[in-house]
Amino acid sequence: MLDVMRIREDFPILAQEVNGHPLVYLDNAATTQKPRQVIEALVRYYETTNANIHRGIHTLAVRATEQYEATRDAVATHIGAINASDVVFTRNTTESINLVARAWGDEHVGEGDEIVLSLMEHHSNIVPWQLLARRKGAVLRYINVTDEGELDLDHARALIGPRTKIVSVVHMSNVLGTINPVAEIAAMARAHGAVTLVDGAQSAPHLPIDVSTLGCDFFAFSAHKMLGPTGVGVLWAKPGLLEAMQPFLGGGDMISVVRPEASTWADVPHKFEAGTPNIADVIAFSAALDYLKALGMTNVREHEKQITAAAIDALMAVEGIRVHGPLDVEKRGGAVSFTVDGIHPHDISTIVDQYGVAIRAGHHCAQLLMRRLEVPATNRASFYIYNHTGEVEALIDALDHAFRIFHRAESRTAVR
Amino acid sequence: MPNPEPQFDDLYRELILDHYRRPRNRGALENATQRVEGLNPVCGDEIHLDLRIHDGVIEDIAFEGNGCSISQSSASMLTDRLKGVTTEEARRVMAKFRAMLMKGEPPDPELGDLEALEGVAQLAVRVKCALLSWNVLQEGLTEAETAA
Repeated sequence: MLDVMRIREDFPILAQEVNGHPLVYLDNAATTQKPRQVIEALVRYYETTNANIHRGIHTLAVRATEQYEATRDAVATHIGAINASDVVFTRNTTESINLVARAWGDEHVGEGDEIVLSLMEHHSNIVPWQLLARRKGAVLRYINVTDEGELDLDHARALIGPRTKIVSVVHMSNVLGTINPVAEIAAMARAHGAVTLVDGAQSAPHLPIDVSTLGCDFFAFSAHKMLGPTGVGVLWAKPGLLEAMQPFLGGGDMISVVRPEASTWADVPHKFEAGTPNIADVIAFSAALDYLKALGMTNVREHEKQITAAAIDALMAVEGIRVHGPLDVEKRGGAVSFTVDGIHPHDISTIVDQYGVAIRAGHHCAQLLMRRLEVPATNRASFYIYNHTGEVEALIDALDHAFRIFHRAESRTAVR
Repeated sequence: MPNPEPQFDDLYRELILDHYRRPRNRGALENATQRVEGLNPVCGDEIHLDLRIHDGVIEDIAFEGNGCSISQSSASMLTDRLKGVTTEEARRVMAKFRAMLMKGEPPDPELGDLEALEGVAQLAVRVKCALLSWNVLQEGLTEAETAA
């Protein structure tokens, strides 16, 4: 189990008051806070190492290159990848998905071919495929979501067929917390010769990940949702895939020989890292991975199951609150969406913020899912390693104030 | 030290919540001359406004939509305030309402009930909620003037 109070000491930002109340940060699905170790790694890099990588001969350049590449090794280890060279650094999950839609999609998807997504995708796993479909005259298909907030696997089985070229699905929903059986879906795709991309933006921070057992061909995630800095994304590809792909962006660092008419490409993964990358943040990401490794991803998962169960129980005990998505914590992660009768999520968010509670309100970049759930927006509380059940109580207390404010209006109205 | 109790009286005034619970002029108009709509893509707030404008007078006005209490009450108060007035007056009220929310100017007496939304000016992230229906109105007025 995690020693949450000990962990909190590593997060300077948490020790503050917001609007006169202790900060209760429950917006971890948007981005997580950073431990001192990560912040110090950033500062240390700029104070002792800063140099451009892969080119210079001097000592600092070599040191920076070594640290940058050591992070690639650490990422590979963290997700169970065999080769570090199958790990590409991008800016974020969105860019990782765009890279695949361009560099793999443009080559392999043609007119009438089908791209299978699901109704619970984040816009970042929809729009790049819409752009690809428009370029190539391909067709988009969406796996339905059940009333319980899970992927309809029968529908998936019906959709994925001989015309399917790629299936791109989210591992853990950023709205419902649902953990999808991506290995099963990848197997369906493989049976028809299609490849699978798994959007791991929400799963990599919260679950032990082993890409070799997921069965997918691409896995994308972001550092900033797992204690790391913003501006660092990861794309992992199955061995051999990157070599066969054309570059995404052209420029320095991704070439081998440049001639006036044409050039040849650097080896993978550098072929996909044009220009000076986000060196400092990549290197600091390695401190985040060390931090998670020391905690153990299994312990992270166990902690989140506990706090998620506590949050679901507490929310469901309040009359007028509805929790969306699976209720069984074995089937879900710590992003908990809920709606409150008669009070719009933005009003809820404004009110609880006055009590120091940071939650997200809106469509969570998942408009297709909102339409499927038949709600215009939801409130979302999302948990991480430094959250404790006292903070669930703070949320419930703050929600109670929202009830009182809106209830007052109702009773006044009734009197008139 | 005791934690301060936030005062929401400035933001969630009784009048706002009343318009949210019991929206005025909600629905569609049969003989609308203008049907305009607006969406706040960031938060999903939605307003449809039906206007019946003849000879520079807003003879009738109705709205439909969904969203937070601020966006919906603002739309409800808008219809309440502008039903039966000239488009010229509507533009004047619109300018005064925007000045209150965007420049923090004290509410002009001409705003009537709309002054209840004054507190929104303190919350920059919510100003767009209050302005949504007014942006839609502006589109409708411009459309009517172009057609005339």
